[in-house]
Amino acid sequence: MSIFRLFSSRAAPPPIASAPIARERLQILLAHERGLRGQPDLLMLLREEILAVVSRHVTLDPDKVIVRMERGKNVSTLEVDIEIPNGLDVPLAATG
Amino acid sequence: MAKVLVVTSGKGGVGKTTSTAAIGAALAQAGKKVVVVDFDIGLRNLDLVMGAERRVVFDLINVVQGTARLSQALIRDKRLDNLSLLPASQTRDKDALTEEGIGRVIADLRASHDWIICDSPAGIERGAMLAMRFADEAIIVTNPEVSSVRDSDRIIGMLDSRTVRAETGERVEKHVLITRFDPARAARGEMIGIDDILEILATPLLGIIPESQDVLRASNVGSPVTLNSPASTPARAYADATRRLLGETVAMMVPTERKGLMHLLRGRRAA
Repeated sequence: MSIFRLFSSRAAPPPIASAPIARERLQILLAHERGLRGQPDLLMLLREEILAVVSRHVTLDPDKVIVRMERGKNVSTLEVDIEIPNGLDVPLAATG
Repeated sequence: MAKVLVVTSGKGGVGKTTSTAAIGAALAQAGKKVVVVDFDIGLRNLDLVMGAERRVVFDLINVVQGTARLSQALIRDKRLDNLSLLPASQTRDKDALTEEGIGRVIADLRASHDWIICDSPAGIERGAMLAMRFADEAIIVTNPEVSSVRDSDRIIGMLDSRTVRAETGERVEKHVLITRFDPARAARGEMIGIDDILEILATPLLGIIPESQDVLRASNVGSPVTLNSPASTPARAYADATRRLLGETVAMMVPTERKGLMHLLRGRRAA
């Protein structure tokens, strides 16, 4: 097997160059990071404001509010996960 | 007029200390009065790379706090009379450094030197901020590898916003120094290319230092590579970078592998 391997490895295609992939990933990432630089942390800001709005109507634990962002190539998603404890006072119809 | 140069990178292990020692020595060889200052409080290494680790008595924090005079803390190089080292503290906390104190030390050093080279710690926290704070020029040491390029970009952003120069509407003159460059891997397309790095960072190139045994050997014996093996490829690349720093125009040499006969034959067959 080793002898065949020796010859066959010569004919094997060269590995795909990974440098162009590195370049592309960096360009996308840095374009995004430079845009955020100097601004207050967007996620922290969103978290605080969402928390303020929701807690006006529902009693909740500030630690149980999770705001996550996932960046895609074309679209990014913002995921807001708020845990509302059972048995707590939820004045759903109390507006007005 | 004295120049304050920070050697920085964001990422650790890219070659800041090696480059500080090599360029500091090369500037001194060119007749400049040079001091290299270690800002890596708690993890000092410039003393070791310069071969002065057994001569440290006082350090930067002693000077900042006034427990030692600058002249007592400066260690004169044994090989070059016009090169000295201001070591970092090994035991103290980096919080002992204040911006005002560093400003005073830098001002004192400016009065008696041509070049003040600040070897920054890795990271983007207090130590790194203080190392770049008073800089006129910056060398951003970058490895041809994604995480290093990203961190360099971040550091460039800080040089443009958080330095005294930036805050007074001036610019810190920035240069990228590519280190640990492996020509063979670059030729195979495994290493992000120099042109790509420069395009992404939009910062001029100071030099390309090849990955080399000579660099390791120099730090093993405690001598800057430009003094220890001046004829070696990395030492010549550092010497060229230093001349560019002094304003000379030097053609950029991309280090290439020395090819043996077998290598050439194999290369031809593959083509």
